[in-house]
Amino acid sequence: MHYDVLIIGAGMSGLAAGIRLAYYSKRACIVEKHYRVGGLNSFYNLGGYKFDVGLHAMTNYVPKGVRLAPLPKLFRQLKLKAEDFALCPQRMSVIKFPDKTLRFNNAFDFFVQEVADSFPRQADNFRKLLKTIFEYDELNLYAKPISAREVVSSIISDPLLSDMIFCPLMFYGNAQENDMEFAQFVIMFKSIFCEGFARPQAGVRQILDVLVKKYKAFGGELKMRCAVTSLKCVNGKVESILLENGETLTADRILSSAGYVETMRLLSDYDSASFKHDVGKISCMESIMVLDTEPAKMGYNTTVTFFNNSDKFNYRKPDELVDVSSGVICCPNNFQFEKPLPEGMIRITNLANFDLWNRLAEKEYKAQKTAWLEITLKEVVKFIPDFRDSIIFTDIFTPKTIHRFTGHINGAVYGTPNKIKTGRTHLDNLFICGTDQGFLGIVGAMLSGISMANFHVLQKI
Amino acid sequence: MTKEQIKDTILKIIAQIIPDEDLSNLKGDIPIREQVELDSMDFLDIIMELRKRYGIEVPEDDYIHLATLDSSVAYLEPRMREL
Repeated sequence: MHYDVLIIGAGMSGLAAGIRLAYYSKRACIVEKHYRVGGLNSFYNLGGYKFDVGLHAMTNYVPKGVRLAPLPKLFRQLKLKAEDFALCPQRMSVIKFPDKTLRFNNAFDFFVQEVADSFPRQADNFRKLLKTIFEYDELNLYAKPISAREVVSSIISDPLLSDMIFCPLMFYGNAQENDMEFAQFVIMFKSIFCEGFARPQAGVRQILDVLVKKYKAFGGELKMRCAVTSLKCVNGKVESILLENGETLTADRILSSAGYVETMRLLSDYDSASFKHDVGKISCMESIMVLDTEPAKMGYNTTVTFFNNSDKFNYRKPDELVDVSSGVICCPNNFQFEKPLPEGMIRITNLANFDLWNRLAEKEYKAQKTAWLEITLKEVVKFIPDFRDSIIFTDIFTPKTIHRFTGHINGAVYGTPNKIKTGRTHLDNLFICGTDQGFLGIVGAMLSGISMANFHVLQKI
Repeated sequence: MTKEQIKDTILKIIAQIIPDEDLSNLKGDIPIREQVELDSMDFLDIIMELRKRYGIEVPEDDYIHLATLDSSVAYLEPRMREL
């Protein structure tokens, strides 16, 4: 079978790219190795409950009517209406460090005031930082990478405020250890603080359902449980795509969301000795707990709590299985929904070490999950009301789980730290989209698929 | 198509891409993007719609000819005359 474009992976970026291409009458085919769409942002059912993976909250939320922002841009590009995602805004989120707390909601002025109240001596510096952020062209694909830590510390003289700003931005979209590329910092700052959080009542399923329906309605083809085993290279091009089921496909162009290094390893002429590119190390353990009550009834109304309990905020692959000193607590119930969710739920994300989890034997792996859940819970109840007696069901996934379901090396949720922003590879007709192209987060992932489909396919014919 | 019809077609395409904008006062000789909120991605969609609806291919190097309404009509007229 021959296609105009073959897309590897039916995650947010692959589906968004597919919608663009199918709408403009390209023969598009998405191949997905899993039986479920979504990739790093997916869902599953267990114990009679519905769980989301990845998505805590959609970032970049702006109310209907705002036009010049990534979210409305995305709706226009995908021929969607704002109502399609049925987004409900957050209540209030918070960054909690040992001595300070900063709250934020979807009104940016509120956050600016919080910073001014909690760090009065940094108020001027914070305004300077905002000026630097707003003057920066974060979408320039050809800009030289600069260190966000350097830029921010040259303006904000209190390292605590600096760490508190970095904490949510890193947890929600940074592939690098301890530092962040400034363009990525700007994208995340705007998407979280200037814009904000929202969630559909039905969670990530809502978004994925809309994307899949749209893609199919425009005539796109989606092949599930269909892994690519090899990309055959001839004369600087991918000539054919070999699938696990033995089928061979051909396509004029290929967009891969499998990850850059992961994609290179599929090439028939891949040479592991000469190929060098950093692989991502940032992965996490996520503990999801179903409660017998709504968290609000225990006095917990916060949507997302970003916490850190050590002197310095460390964002890196931990030396132990899990780093419980910092993390993210998300309460899916605490969005402004029209009707309450069927059950109370708390999700906790902590940085975790892929290698250590991966080498555990099955029995020990299970035991460690239970042990680390207990340690994690002991830590988080310092920041939110103690909900441990209300837990009726728990599920935990680790870097090993993420690797198994997404194929991303090291279970690296944000991919390689060295992004391929132009999406180009050494092969003429092979392009990268998604996590490793460099726009992170859910909206970022979709915009990545859209821009790569625009640049490398639609503009070129 | 006449020049007038081509102009109407372009305006209809823009209206479909950015339905919230008022296009009634769009001046023909000033770049469209200076008059309405139309980003580069929206601009690409004008070209894509022309291809999808009428099979007109505008190569990347010619995008500049579609900057204003007048220049778009002049550029597209020989390509749309027979439609």
